[in-house]
Amino acid sequence: MALIRETDYGTPKRISDTLVTLEIDGKPVTVAAGTSVMRAAAEAGVQVPKLCASDNLEAFGSCRLCLVEVEGRRGTPASCTTPVEQGMKVKTQSPKLAKLRMGVMELYASDHPREMLYGSGNGQTEFQEMVEIVGLREVRYGHTGKNHLHSDKDESNPYFTFDPAMCIVCSRCVRACEEVQGTFALTIDGRGFASVVSAGDKPFIESECVSCGACVQACPTNSLVEKTYIQKGAPDRSVVTTCAYCGVGCSFKAELTNNEVVRMMPFKDGKANHGHSCVKGRFAWGYATHKDRITKPMIRAKFTDPWREVSWEEAIGHAASEFKRIQAKYGRDSIGGITSSRCTNEETYLVQKMIRAAFGNNNTDTCARVCHSPTGYGLKTTLGTSAGTQDFDSVEAADVIVIIGANPTDAHPVFASQMKRRLRKGARLIIVDPRRIDLVKSPHVQADYHLPLLPGTNVAIINALAHVVVNEGLVNEAFVKERCDVAAFEQWRKFIAEERNSPESLEHIIGVPAADVSAAARLYATGGNAAIYYGLGVTEHSQGSTMVMGMANLAMATGNMGRKGVGISPLRGQNNVQGSCDMGSFPHEFPGYRHVSDSAVREQFEKAWHVSLQSEPGLRIPNMIDAAVDGTFKGIYVQGEDIVQSDPNTQHISTGLAAMECVVVQDLFLNETASYAHVFLPGSSFLEKDGTFTNAERRISRVRKAIEPLGGLADWEATMALSNAMGYPMHYSHPSEIMDEIARLTPTFAGVSFEKIDQLGSVQWPCNDKAPEGTPVMHIGGFVRGKGMFMITEFVPTDERTSGRFPLILTTGRILSQYNVGAQTRRTDNNVWHDMDVLEIHPSDAENRGIKEGDLVSLASRAGDITLPARISERMQPGVVYTTFHHAMTGANVVTTEFSDWATNCPEYKVTAVQVQLARHMSEWQEHYLETRKQTTRIEKESTAND
Amino acid sequence: MSLRIYVPGDAAAMSVGAEAVAKAMADQITSRRLDASVVRNGSRGMFWLEPLVEVETPRGRIAYGPVTAEEVPGLFDAGFLEAKPHRLYLGLTEEIPYLKKQERLTFARCGITDPLSLSDYVSHGGYRGLERALTLTPQAIVEEVTNSGLRGRGGAGFPTGIKWRTVLNTAADQKYVVCNADEGDSGTYADRMIMEGDPFVLIEGMTIAGFAVGATSGYIYLRSEYPHAFRQLQRAIAIAYDKGYLGENVAGSGKRFDLEPRMGAGAYICGEETSLLESLEGKRGQIRFKPPLPAIKGLFGQPTVVNNVISLATVPIILDKGSQYYRDFGMGKSRGTLTIQLAGNIKHGGLVEKAFGLTLREAIYDFGGGTASGRPLRAVQAGGPLGAYFPESLLDTPLDYEAFAERKGMLGHGGIVVFDDSVDLAHQARFAMEFCAVESCGKCTPCRVGSTRGVEVIDKIIANQDRVQNLELLGDLCEVLTDGSLCALGGLIPFPVQSAIRHFPEDFDKPAPSPSAYRPNRAQETQPWH
Repeated sequence: MALIRETDYGTPKRISDTLVTLEIDGKPVTVAAGTSVMRAAAEAGVQVPKLCASDNLEAFGSCRLCLVEVEGRRGTPASCTTPVEQGMKVKTQSPKLAKLRMGVMELYASDHPREMLYGSGNGQTEFQEMVEIVGLREVRYGHTGKNHLHSDKDESNPYFTFDPAMCIVCSRCVRACEEVQGTFALTIDGRGFASVVSAGDKPFIESECVSCGACVQACPTNSLVEKTYIQKGAPDRSVVTTCAYCGVGCSFKAELTNNEVVRMMPFKDGKANHGHSCVKGRFAWGYATHKDRITKPMIRAKFTDPWREVSWEEAIGHAASEFKRIQAKYGRDSIGGITSSRCTNEETYLVQKMIRAAFGNNNTDTCARVCHSPTGYGLKTTLGTSAGTQDFDSVEAADVIVIIGANPTDAHPVFASQMKRRLRKGARLIIVDPRRIDLVKSPHVQADYHLPLLPGTNVAIINALAHVVVNEGLVNEAFVKERCDVAAFEQWRKFIAEERNSPESLEHIIGVPAADVSAAARLYATGGNAAIYYGLGVTEHSQGSTMVMGMANLAMATGNMGRKGVGISPLRGQNNVQGSCDMGSFPHEFPGYRHVSDSAVREQFEKAWHVSLQSEPGLRIPNMIDAAVDGTFKGIYVQGEDIVQSDPNTQHISTGLAAMECVVVQDLFLNETASYAHVFLPGSSFLEKDGTFTNAERRISRVRKAIEPLGGLADWEATMALSNAMGYPMHYSHPSEIMDEIARLTPTFAGVSFEKIDQLGSVQWPCNDKAPEGTPVMHIGGFVRGKGMFMITEFVPTDERTSGRFPLILTTGRILSQYNVGAQTRRTDNNVWHDMDVLEIHPSDAENRGIKEGDLVSLASRAGDITLPARISERMQPGVVYTTFHHAMTGANVVTTEFSDWATNCPEYKVTAVQVQLARHMSEWQEHYLETRKQTTRIEKESTAND
Repeated sequence: MSLRIYVPGDAAAMSVGAEAVAKAMADQITSRRLDASVVRNGSRGMFWLEPLVEVETPRGRIAYGPVTAEEVPGLFDAGFLEAKPHRLYLGLTEEIPYLKKQERLTFARCGITDPLSLSDYVSHGGYRGLERALTLTPQAIVEEVTNSGLRGRGGAGFPTGIKWRTVLNTAADQKYVVCNADEGDSGTYADRMIMEGDPFVLIEGMTIAGFAVGATSGYIYLRSEYPHAFRQLQRAIAIAYDKGYLGENVAGSGKRFDLEPRMGAGAYICGEETSLLESLEGKRGQIRFKPPLPAIKGLFGQPTVVNNVISLATVPIILDKGSQYYRDFGMGKSRGTLTIQLAGNIKHGGLVEKAFGLTLREAIYDFGGGTASGRPLRAVQAGGPLGAYFPESLLDTPLDYEAFAERKGMLGHGGIVVFDDSVDLAHQARFAMEFCAVESCGKCTPCRVGSTRGVEVIDKIIANQDRVQNLELLGDLCEVLTDGSLCALGGLIPFPVQSAIRHFPEDFDKPAPSPSAYRPNRAQETQPWH
């Protein structure tokens, strides 16, 4: 595909019932009232010259290139700032306008590097295009006047440079930082000719800049430009694909030259991101070609042996024969597999299909086990669907936004920007989080209520909020009566109204003043459209599923369901965690969340797959590990997941893996789990294959192959080979055929095909005869399960209690620049921002322990202990400490425990009783880790490797 | 009753020693144990006579000036309290021709009353406009102002009533009245004088504006160079609140109006209404494009009346005496009075309030007395730094918006700056561009880059470097500035430049300055901007 240049309409789209017809250069055009003349012209196919305007920014009117003439009016108004009027007759070309535009470009050119005035082809900047359009040949002012040509470049950011010599002070970068990203890191310093773009009088890297790339994208001159663009030159083709980081699922154009990615540019038509991006998707893709990539299959007899590079055939053959040997010796259920939330829907589907059909058991699970499994359970129980109710754009219609246990500016930055835009326009904000996350107070955004509850008291606070709603008569009785199971509701009402659920009674447990809880409840119930957004701070608890149901109860009771602007929306962590759940990765469910015990469904799959299938749920990940420790589970196929680093109680996980006889790991890198593996299959990055990802809003978007798989096979091809070797034949020539099979077998996906996605850009499930173009907002008019189900949500404190020995609570999470186990981001320059995990601790807790900023401290729980540097932080509340799990060496999950959600086994990462003390050394585990790691990652290079 | 001595507290009077004079007066009163008090009034606007001291006598107020502190004991010795003759004796203030010939409507009280005495204000006709406004519907108030023909005195001359009507007809929960007191034009001071000399008239005018358009909140945006006016307004506003003329129940009407003065940060551009609003919102003082008009989307995005000080201070008398009374003054479409401010090389600089229609010549000679240097007048710049330079031959132009516009000039805020024959108009043209370069907000390209290039091109013209080509380039640049700029700063800066070229071509056709006199031309150096 050639390089895609998207049409820039100059100013944002306006929506209005009133239509206005006008004439542009004699062409009639009809647009919504409020549209600019510039946009109307673009819609009529007339591009008015412009430099400061862009359709993702409000009009600014500074460059003065887009001047036009309007019949019957004096002067030459700027088309970007002039709204259309009925019957207006606009001229965009005339000798007068040509002269003015030439005059403006001549002024620009008089303070611009002469060698940068002209350009052509793919590398032509917008500025150079304007030079060409106005036909500038001569700069009569000369090039010797006052200028900015010798200003210093700012190359401090690892990903982009700022060269003030090329800057035309159009303010697009400043406005993008404000309007698109909402960070307000940039400004114009000085005035008049001395005006310069500034990141606050300091280098970009030291500023508030979050490296989202919006400014770079906005720059019309390449004054701000990607370093890879400078290194590799202008790209010559684009591939539209979907980001492989978080669950926002941003659409990107991979821009390439030769067979190399030059840059990732957010795609304007992307329905999840509308042309925006964050530092990870935009810049942190270098891991894809990092030298650590393993591109040759490898095997070894013992995991303490060095790796031996072999051919794909040998590796697959070896894995298959080992699995068959194990099953013959220990039984059919002695092996299993883990699907990946990083891989495509098609790949995930294949892995679970192989496990069910080729392994002959239901021992399939996925990393959603450790993140949003309670979401699936809780929402299915109450509403009937294991997914969020809204699309991201729904937030534009929200009047009250509630964020519970999520930190969108770090973990879902692009959606956070959309949310902040809505907040800046006046939506109210309630944040329920133990930490003072950025959204509590950031530029032009301030939470109305921050309820800093104690970790582990989610259900208590949701009950308290509901208590206020019920007892103050704020229930939407009509909605409940019409849409919900009234008997269940009445039971719930009785339960929730009990005094023990009042904010006052629970105050000492929650740790938040009852008055604040009550006020927040009133705002939620009476503030208009109220929408709940939540993250792992909800699910990763012993009562994760209860909390999800508690939120659903509250939303139903107040009628905040079934339309735009309301609902409850999980912010899902990984690019395809929604998809991996949809695709039947769980041991108890076939694709589309249908229980394996349902014989009708099972028969359907048996018929399609030509096998007989087990009717009992298989093992979950923790069960597999427990069984391995017990000696009954002996082999595992792990595709694109690193359970050693990501799952709780690392030492337990590694003991389990070490006890297995065949561990097959398929990944881009020798991850921590690979340390215990016997077979390594090279994974393929998202750039190297076709498929689809499903984001947090159930949006299925295409992943398109930009370059050939470095290891020779895409992941789905490797799985297919393994299945064939296991004796269960699979014959797909393209992932689209896999999706066709999914569609045939899954009612919610019945209308999905690559063809349809290509045509619509993306599609949100359910997509079938009833909703041929998909379903942005669910439960309109009725819940999927019929009547909304209220569930009793008794607060039960976790068994993980603080004590004299472990007096603090540890809660874990992630930060903006790193992504989960860091396998990708640690292999990029994102390390500039976060090269090690630190322990955030409140000043008073630190002082009590004699801890100063940067001191090494030991973090110990009953599960284990690690050593890491301390960061004194007022974001924490006293008694609560926080760390991230991005670096393997830190071993955050050595400390976390085996406690988990009662319904789904989702680990209780967010509550671990710990002690923190000054330390001098690495912990024993860390020292042992370094040793093991060194031993288990040796590769014996074979000169005659025959692949 | 004790005898009242008036020593102006006006900043212009203070700049020539009024403070010391007042203190000397007080000292004399004490040492001589006299039953007299010093009132710090506003200025009468005859600056060559400042500090102008007045003493209240049965005959009326007798003026002495210009008084120095050293001469104060002598004045007492001479019996000035009984209006006895003295070298500085000027007779009855009202009879000084400069004052007597004026038609003071807006400035009716300025210099006469104690600016901070509300009772003085009321006893001199103050708050009669508000009293009448309270009997009218908002629509009727707006009609009254519209019918008076009052046009924006800030310089643009837009009909005030029309602006008010737009705000009145725009529905909103909150509306504002903003007074533009960022008086930055060279040679102007009328705003400052009225704020220091009769602050209640502005407060009253803004209150009426608030009631007319449905605004409950007002701001006065002052330039940072006006600390005295700021203090005076703060005091006057506090008094008005105290006496129930501001706040939740203005004059017992049950209607609310709040008022707050705000100090700017020293940018000329913040006198432009949209920049002013940005600054008032706490942002960088940068131009907003229009539409939307501030009347529809102004301060904090709400409908806002933005009016100049004089426009608002004129509202009370219009309401008090009726629109017909006011519109009977003036000529053509310029109704009422203009507050002319004479400055520059002029013998009798000062404020002249006079009905529109007076000619420039009458203002400069009949009031101003010609140049201060005594040399022949060569050029006059009316309307501030963006106004055109008029030659002697245009002095018969009447002071009227349209008459000035016809001659490619601008009346602006009423400032008239006089130059004698020592002026070099090429340098004045350069100064205009330099002014624009210094004061440009930097938002739009023509003004941000063009003003700097303008200076450089004029430098080349002065240096006789490719003069013909550079004059042509300057013409093209002026066209881009005029038609391409975002606001009036860039849009009007060609006025002084092109009028200089048009009326004084000889100044652009001189031989290049001799090398010894040659000032290094910055334009010829390659120098980064720091």
